Amino acid sequence: MKRVYLDNAATTPLDEAVLEAMLPFFREKYGNASSIHEMGREAREAIEKTREIIAKRLNAEPNEIVFTSGGTEANNLAIKGIALANKDKGKHIITQVTEHACVLNACRWLEKLGYEVTYLPVDKYGVVKIEELEKAIRKDTILVSIMHANNEIGTIQPIQEIAKICKENGIYFHTDACQSFCKEPLDMKKMEIDLITINAHKLHGPKGVGALVIKEGTKITPLLHGGGHEFGLRSGTENVPGIVGFGKAVEIMNSQVVEKIRKLRDRLTDRILKEIENVRLNGHPEKRLCSIANFSFLGIEGESLVLRLDSKGIYCSTASACSSKKLEPSHVLKALNLKPEEIQGAVRFSFGKQNSVEEIDYAVDVLKEEVANLRKISPYQP
Amino acid sequence: MIYNKKVLEHFTNPRNAGELKDPDAIGKVGNIVCGDVLWIYIKVKKDKDGKEIIDDIKFKTFGCVAAIATSSITTELVKGKPVEEALKITEKDIVKALGGLPKAKVHCSLLAVRALREAIYQYLKKSGREIPEWLEKEHERIEKQTDAVEKRLC
Repeated sequence: MKRVYLDNAATTPLDEAVLEAMLPFFREKYGNASSIHEMGREAREAIEKTREIIAKRLNAEPNEIVFTSGGTEANNLAIKGIALANKDKGKHIITQVTEHACVLNACRWLEKLGYEVTYLPVDKYGVVKIEELEKAIRKDTILVSIMHANNEIGTIQPIQEIAKICKENGIYFHTDACQSFCKEPLDMKKMEIDLITINAHKLHGPKGVGALVIKEGTKITPLLHGGGHEFGLRSGTENVPGIVGFGKAVEIMNSQVVEKIRKLRDRLTDRILKEIENVRLNGHPEKRLCSIANFSFLGIEGESLVLRLDSKGIYCSTASACSSKKLEPSHVLKALNLKPEEIQGAVRFSFGKQNSVEEIDYAVDVLKEEVANLRKISPYQP
Repeated sequence: MIYNKKVLEHFTNPRNAGELKDPDAIGKVGNIVCGDVLWIYIKVKKDKDGKEIIDDIKFKTFGCVAAIATSSITTELVKGKPVEEALKITEKDIVKALGGLPKAKVHCSLLAVRALREAIYQYLKKSGREIPEWLEKEHERIEKQTDAVEKRLC
């Protein structure tokens, strides 16, 4: 059966060149980067090379890059690390309702420790309300954490504007850029961002590696204590093959790749909106990430559509009511004020560089059929 | 949410899906929590001993994989069976027949059972028959929930 993978916001396939770059570090170059001998130095050099590649891409300094086990750890380090290190200044944090669970749950954990968190609302497109942010800022606010692009709907936040407001108020600004890194312009210095979370497996790199980019001079506490790796901010033997793969993945992500992905997204979006009735595009119509498109198909349930497509070899995702273990509807779609049946019928397609126009066309053809099939057996006619 | 093969098979190739022309009764239920809606159509006839059997049955479901799979298996289980027996089917029978459902989805099986009972209730009522007290009570509960869901959708 033909297999079309359109769940690249969940994870992407490893690029062949990335795998090639990683393999020697599993086989012959297996040294510990902390060892002082040749094999250790070899591993160290490879890590530092990736640090430079990432620093260059983000217009940051190499010593500002702290490698972690992924985006979740980097977000936890940013939020808990800043909160714990700056509690003398204040215990108030601002974030928004549509953040990834690792940001929201890190904040909830801090609330249990006596911190206060403001969860900003978003507009119907998922864009954070700037005036609400300004209103929420207090004397004891120590951190603002707003994601760059949303992982469910792809809406891009005005982070430059937010960073400026934070700067003016002397508050640290953190952004989770896991979905947008290498896809949207991101400049640590120009945009005056204090902390950026990135990871490798959303851009055809390996799973299990990410980084928190921390502006020099930022007051932050490590969460993992040990041998003092990564400037004392993240102890633990470095994942050398992973870090090498991360560097390679960043190196080969360029504007042509981004344009290719964007065209695939637009082709799928145009065809769906033109050829299927009673469909709604969720998220911002323009300010959205090249790799994500989220739709509500009225009259059917997202989970059912995802598994009908699955049975035809098309892999996509839902975050709607019945997909989560707790039957909780997607907190992101709920925040957009969608009707219950719009949330129920939501499906996310997300694109990677391995996808082709033929795949997109096949997916839409099958999608049309399956939407019709499910609507035929649904008592609810939109 | 990982479903077993049997559930997926019923979901992908549902039995008795669609509308029944000239049904004797329709059971309509909605679940206010997950927003699912399920309709079961039945046609009843008497067999040669004069016993009423479910001669034909179809369903329409707006819901998740579990809701569609449980609709499918419920109709399969009772098609050709005496009405009396169909009334005895429980959600446990449905889950068992499917070889199990994810924990969070077990409530979906209740929806199918209720739609079936509601269809039978409507049939008994229409033909002016005596309705057991428990079924009357169940009908009242179903009616309340279904109204709320349908209002939301229409």
